[in-house]
Formats: sequence, C-alpha cells, structure tokens
Amino acid sequence: MTATVTAAERVTPAAWRGFAGARWRELIDVRDFIQANYTPYEGDASFLTGPTDRTRAVWEKVASLFPEERARGILDVDATTPSTITSHAPGWIDRDRELIVGLQTDAPLKRAIMPNGGLRMVENGLKAYGYEPDPFVTKVFGTYRKTHNDGVFDAYTPEMRTARKVGIITGLPDAYGRGRIIGDYRRVALYGTDRLIGAKRAERARLDAEPSTEQVIRDREELAEQINALGELTRMAASYGCDVSRPAAGAHEAVQWLYLGYLAAVKEQNGAAMSLGRTSTFLDVYLQRDLDEGTIDETRAQELIDDFVIKLRIVRFLRTPEYDALFSGDPTWVTESIGGIGTDGRPLVTRTSFRFLQTLHNLGPAPEPNLTVLWSPRLPAGFKEFCAQVSIDSSAVQYESDELLRPRNGDDTAIACCVSAMAVGKEMQFFGARVNLAKALLYAVNGGRDEMTGDQVTPAMPPLTGEYLDYEELAAAYDRVLDWLAETYVNTLNVIHYMHDKYAYERLEMALHDHPVHRFMACGIAGLSVAADSLSAVKHARVKVFRDATGLAVDFRTEGDFPAYGNNDDRADAIAVGLVESFMAKVRRHPTYRDAEHTQSVLTITSNVVYGKHTGNTPDGRRSGQPFAPGANPMNGRDRHGVAASALSVAKLPYEQARDGISLTTTITPEGLGHDPAERAGHLVGILDAYMSAGGFHMNVNVLDRAVLEDAMEHPEKYPELTIRVSGYAVNFVRLTREQQLDVISRTFHGSL
Amino acid sequence: MTATGRIHSWDLSTGVDGPGTRFVLFVSGCPLRCLYCANPDTWHMRDGRETTVDEVMAEIEKYRAFLTTAGGGVTITGGEPLLQSAFTGEILRRCKAAGLHTALDTSGFLGARADDALLAETDLVLLDIKSFDIGTYRKLTGGALAPTLNFATRLDRLGVPVRIRYVLVPGWTDDETAVDGLGAFLAGLSTVERVDVLPFHKLGAHKYDALGIPFPLKDTPTPDRDLVERVREQFRHHGLRAV
Repeated sequence: MTATVTAAERVTPAAWRGFAGARWRELIDVRDFIQANYTPYEGDASFLTGPTDRTRAVWEKVASLFPEERARGILDVDATTPSTITSHAPGWIDRDRELIVGLQTDAPLKRAIMPNGGLRMVENGLKAYGYEPDPFVTKVFGTYRKTHNDGVFDAYTPEMRTARKVGIITGLPDAYGRGRIIGDYRRVALYGTDRLIGAKRAERARLDAEPSTEQVIRDREELAEQINALGELTRMAASYGCDVSRPAAGAHEAVQWLYLGYLAAVKEQNGAAMSLGRTSTFLDVYLQRDLDEGTIDETRAQELIDDFVIKLRIVRFLRTPEYDALFSGDPTWVTESIGGIGTDGRPLVTRTSFRFLQTLHNLGPAPEPNLTVLWSPRLPAGFKEFCAQVSIDSSAVQYESDELLRPRNGDDTAIACCVSAMAVGKEMQFFGARVNLAKALLYAVNGGRDEMTGDQVTPAMPPLTGEYLDYEELAAAYDRVLDWLAETYVNTLNVIHYMHDKYAYERLEMALHDHPVHRFMACGIAGLSVAADSLSAVKHARVKVFRDATGLAVDFRTEGDFPAYGNNDDRADAIAVGLVESFMAKVRRHPTYRDAEHTQSVLTITSNVVYGKHTGNTPDGRRSGQPFAPGANPMNGRDRHGVAASALSVAKLPYEQARDGISLTTTITPEGLGHDPAERAGHLVGILDAYMSAGGFHMNVNVLDRAVLEDAMEHPEKYPELTIRVSGYAVNFVRLTREQQLDVISRTFHGSL
Repeated sequence: MTATGRIHSWDLSTGVDGPGTRFVLFVSGCPLRCLYCANPDTWHMRDGRETTVDEVMAEIEKYRAFLTTAGGGVTITGGEPLLQSAFTGEILRRCKAAGLHTALDTSGFLGARADDALLAETDLVLLDIKSFDIGTYRKLTGGALAPTLNFATRLDRLGVPVRIRYVLVPGWTDDETAVDGLGAFLAGLSTVERVDVLPFHKLGAHKYDALGIPFPLKDTPTPDRDLVERVREQFRHHGLRAV
C-alpha cells in the first residue's frame, strides 16, 4: 500500500513508544515493523511457564461443553440471524476471568448462519441437527437476495455439472465459503481501524482517475465494501469495550485487537479455511516491550497467548454432516505459521513462537489452531528441539519448508489451510479443490466413460481395446483426457470465483490486504500415487484388462512386479513427477478469472477416502472403493523402505510446479524414532532437516502407536484429546468417521522390527 | 572387479540400529538359530539375492545427503554380516570413504572373521549378547557364548565403541543372576556406550508362517514394563547406561 499520510498522523502515538523503524509509520507495512522491532530468541524452552489457575478455569469451562457438542453434532445455533460482523450481541465464556474477549455469537460454541454462500447448505445444516429453518431467512435468501450457490449454478455448463457429479472434479467451493484468504489481522493492532480506513480511502481515491471499466467499477465497489467492513469491525469491538479505531497500546490490547480483527472475519465468512496468518513474532514485539517495561511477567505473557488460543480453538461454523464427513470432524483451519528465517538471515523465532507451541502443553493437544512451523535447517537448535518434542507429545504440528517459501513469497509468508502459501496482506487465492487423477486414468482407458456409471463424461474419445494395456497408447489417451480435464476445471473455477466475489465477497479479510492484491488460482490434484503406480504397472509389468458387456474396463490384473512410488526409485517416482509437471502445464493454458496466477496443490485433506469410494478398480491393483493415499503420499503399504525413502520420493515432486503445496503425512511409532526416548526429538529434527534439505515441502508428523488408535476406536470416551495429523491439518481422532479411522490405521506406520 | 555378496533387503530406520536415521542392509545367512529370531527369512545365504558392492553403494548413495543431515549412517545387519566378512568389510570401507558413519550389527559368534582392518572401518559395533549363561545361550541360539565374549574383549582392546543389544525374553533371558553376570562383564569393558534392553516381540511370527516353519516361542509372553525396567536397573547398577 502506498497511501501517504498527513503530518499530523506522522506524530508517534504513545502506542508506538519505543518502536524503531520509519517505513511502517508512513505506509501500511507490518513486515517492516516486525523487522525493525523483533527480538530473535535462540535459546531453549526452559523459560516457558505452565497454565495458571485462571487459564485452567476458563479452558475447563468451555471444554466442559465439548462432550455435549460432540454428542449432538452442534451445541446450539442462532437460526434466525444471518451473521454479519455486528449481528450478534457480545458473549463470554467467563466474563470475570477471560483476558481476550469476543465470540462469534452471544454464547460460546453457538453457531451462526451465513446464507450468502448458499441457502440450501444453511437449511440442510439446520435440519440435520434438529433445527427448523427460519421462514424469514428462507424468504429473504430465497426471494430477494441471491446467493453464491445460486449464481454458480446459473452459470455452470452441463459439462461442468456432470464433471462435478461423477467426482472427476470434486470438493468445489460452490455451495459454501471458499476460504483460504488470510486477512492481515496484525494491521488492526498496529494501526487501528481509523488509519486503515484512511489508507483504504486513499486507494479508492486513486481509482477515481481511472476510466470506469467493469474492472475498475468492481474495484471501487469492493474498496467501498472494505471500508464499510472496517467500520463494522470498530463497532463490534466497541460492543466488547475495545476501541480498535486507535492502535493497540500494549501487549494485552495487541492480542485483543488482532483477535477482534480475526473474529470479524469469522463472523462474516464461513470459509472452508479461515487461517490466522503469521502472528506470533508480531505479537512478541508487544509482549517483549511490556516485559521490558516491567508491566507483565512471563506468566502473564503466556496467559495472554493461552487465552487467545482458547478463542481460536472454539471457532465454529454450521455445516452439513456430509461436509463434516468429507473433511473429518469440524475443521476450521485456523492456521498459524510459526518460525522461519528472515531474508536478512536472522531467525524469525521469538519467545512467543515457543509460547504458541506451549499451548499444546498448557491446554492439551487439539487440532486447532493449526500450528504450522516454517522449518529450515538453519532454525535455532533450541527451537527445533522444542518443536520436535511438542510433535512427539501431541502429534499436532505440521512443518513446511521455509527454504522453499522465502525465495518465492518472501519472509512474511503464511500458510492458509494446510499448505497454501501467501505473502500476508499482499496475496490471496481462489481455492479450487482438486481433480481426481486416478479416475482420469480410467477415463483414458474407457474413452471418457465413467467406470462406475458407464456414462460418457468427456467428449467421446476412442477407448483402449487391447487385452493388455499398452503404455504408449495409455499415456497418449491419458494426455488427451487431462487436456479436457484441465480446461473444464479452470473454466469451472472461474465461474465459482466470479460468483463468490459477486455474492459472498470477503469484505473484512480483503480490507486487510493491499490493493491491488496478487491472486492465485489454486488448482489441485488427488490420486497421484494411484495414477503413478498404475502407469508404472503398465510400463514395467503386464496389465490385463477385464471388460463388461458394454466394453467398459472394470478390472485389471497385473502380471509381474513393478516399482511403486514411495521407495525412492526413479522408475516410479519420475512418473509421479511427470504427472505433476504435465497437469500444471495444461492448467496454465487456460485463462483465469481476474488474471489469477495458476498454481496447484497435491493435497487431499481427508477426502482421499471419498475419492477412493467413487473410483473403480485401478491398474495398480487398488480395488474399487479403496481409499487413495492422502495428498502426495505413496499408497499405503507400498512404501516398503521406511519413512526416509518414502519422504525422498515425495521430495522429488517439483514445488515450482505445485506452488499451492505438496502434502506428506507420516506416521511414526515412538519406537520408530529411537529406542531411547531421550533421543527421539533429536532424531525427528534430523529427519525434518534432511527432508527439507532434499527439497521436501511439507510434512505432517504423527508419533503414534497403532494399538492406541485401535483402542481409541473401541473406547472413544478415553481419548477426547487424541489428535492426529491428516493431510495438512489435524483432527480429533474420535471425531473421524469409522471409515476414516480405518483408513488412518491402515496407513503405513514407520516403525521398527 | 567388485566383490559380491548375498543380501536379503535394505531399509531405513531411525534410532534403533545405531544413531540417527540409517540405511540398514540385511545380508543373508546366519550360523545361529535363535528361538526368538524376528528374521527367519535371512537364515540361509542361498535365499539371498546376489549383489555387488557397487550396487549396494549406488543405493546408499541415493541417501547419503539425507543420512548425513539426519545425523545417521549405514548399519550392516542380517543375518550375520560376518558370515560374508569380505563383502561386509568392503561395504564398510566404501561407506567410511564416502564420509558415512558405519555400524556393524553382529552376534559376535563369528567375531574372529572380523579382521582388524574391517573393525578399523567400523565406527560402532551393535553387539547382540543373547545370554550370559552358557547353557541358556546354547539352547537359545544353538551356538557357543565364548566367541561373543572374546569378540567383546577384543573390541575393548581395539577401542571400538560398542552398544550392547540384549533381547529380554521371559523365562529365557530374565534370570537375575545371568543379567548381573553380564552387567559385571560389560562394566569391565571401556568402550560400551550403552545397553539396549529390547523387549521380546512376536512381530516376525508371520514370517514363520510364510516359511512353513513353526515359531518356537509363539506361546512365550512378551515382557511387561516392570520386568523391562528391572533388567535395565540391574545394568544401571553396574554403572552402565541402559535404555
């Protein structure tokens, strides 16, 4: 942002006492503020404090509501008030004890409705949990106010509907909020909303000189909406007694202001992923100043973070049971990115980086917020050791390569959702879910007919007719199917995001971005290991085809051995690399809505189970209905040489061709990290260093015994906190469907004999 | 002309076959027949795949950076790696030359086949001492204990670092007197870094089924936590680091 400020605004407010640096005062530039003021911490975790009685009391009060929420699906919902930033009266968990205040509605865990995304989703969600849709809401959003969902289906082509229905393109955000946009909530604390509104007005004024083209008109309207949203944030905050129009004056206010900014976003949007950004080192500047001034001690500093995290843990959205089944439980992806190294070489690790991770000890393990460490072998040893220990204790941390992120998105990058990188406040993305590469391979065999329904989905193509699959023939047919798929996919996403901007624009989140913003079109692929292994089977063994009476290939038999992806064997790994490169190239050929930059992810979240259910027998020997491996993982059981070999196969996938992230989920038994418990954290550090040095992008680390998971399936009441990492986020194991639990247990556990 | 040997497989493991994450080479053939053996598929050299040292080194090379960064190295196990001591020695030498930490996992029964040159290329010996009672040792393994103890003494003399592996099998190796005897013996050696007390498990039982041979200890219980801790304490009592 390049807004100029008046001389009066340049006077240092008391809130900025003691802060260094100039640029961030003139411009909205949080990164510059951090760089000028943060104190790197290179020590170990010994300074940390445990939970206070106050923290325990607040957490226990809200945690006591979880059993009933789990039993009923939701605790409560306000079915009559479509949520806006200011729609609900303030609410508290424990008004006398809470340090950080603010709830989405007037009571903890009480959900709100957000019909802008789609009325049907709201109504189905209410009915599923025994609530009646409100007639007034139905009338308004059924008669007067069109929703995102309505808009999308008005503009979908028959081909897009079919592709969606058969599951070759899935998980599309066409009936719910797209999410994966990270507002720079730190701005609220550093500048206050008055200054932010001033800067937005200046951006808007610059557009006044532009010709009123469709694009410029839209930008002007959006900026006007952003300014309105900031005003609403100010009013909502005032209802909690907080004047966020001015900058935060101390650490308590900084945490509170930042949280209120985030709260406004989750009051307005039920995006699939509502990520927080990269806040710990920013907040550390305030905490450190108060510590230096002697107004708080370490116990209080930790309490502020603990209380903040309690709030982040209870973000809730009303969704349908089908949605929850797809994504395992009730995820919100409140992703917080921690650590990393600055472009100047100083680690961006502060004491508050530790304090965030310490919440997993103080409050117990939990899936949210989605704590994400930006890992580099150059991180301070004490921090690496602590991260690894927290992973071993909680299985609730994920790691992404700072060495891949920093050169591309800068050193103020945060992860949205699971693995999607964005420079905070400067980049956003259009979330595009994913296509099913394994099904597409079967389409190549069957001339574009769906193997489950027999319907022609692609334009008619010649099917392969040989008794055995021929590699060259199959590769050529696959290429044609992927051409069609990439084109249909990008066009479908364009429709969705046009309508989302039109009917469910993220006013508040975008108010906390610069204008103009850089946009990514985040495509994605699922079933990579199934497709790669299938091609490897055809190439290196012989695959016989079995067809039904209509000529549809419905089964395969492999004769001979073939190398499988996940064993650090180039014969198979190169096929997976080729698929990633080729699909990315195909996607790039098609223009995107608002000229967004094409990217793709290799990520399934937990939908690998559902994709598998909707995909027939595949030439790699996988049976119809059997789950895919999650994300970029090798197929379960086919990676036979341990976690390092498996990880090195995944590390070969080129990040440059999958800038929206490549997800690897590993499960290691405690013994698999070393016979001596005292050595395990060090060993995990070694694995992470080596994986990231080899070019690996992301690793979920679970340290679990299979027996524990099996016991948790039988006795869920004993394991309310058991958290495991799935594809890019963490879930409560006991909240997974039985199918998903079985899938997790069937995954390769890297242990030792 | 590169040496050849017979190998069963290779794997990567962390913290159980020496320090850090390691490339673990399983060579084929073993002169002992331990009742609890978890790898009966490695007993016979003839069942192994003939492989050159070059081929093994090419596979290891794919992991060199990973192993080095992760603070690990290469471990040769089996089977009994000293059954093919020329092959094993050559791999150790080549790994060492490549800057990798080397470990040899052996029962010591064929310790005499490890010449001083081979041991000079070995950074760490994982020495499996199956029992300290001569009679039990023979019943448990079919072999004699003395060569292993001689080998341990020689490693001490040569200054080769050693980690002891002691598989704890209820009714077989939990005898207090035998454990104490072993503890006293080990305490007299200067290069023993630590003693790993490994609880007996039956995760290899399915391999016996696949090979169509009975698993001798299928009815033997695995040790409970208290027993494992008791044995570790016994070793600690002798001033050893037991985990």
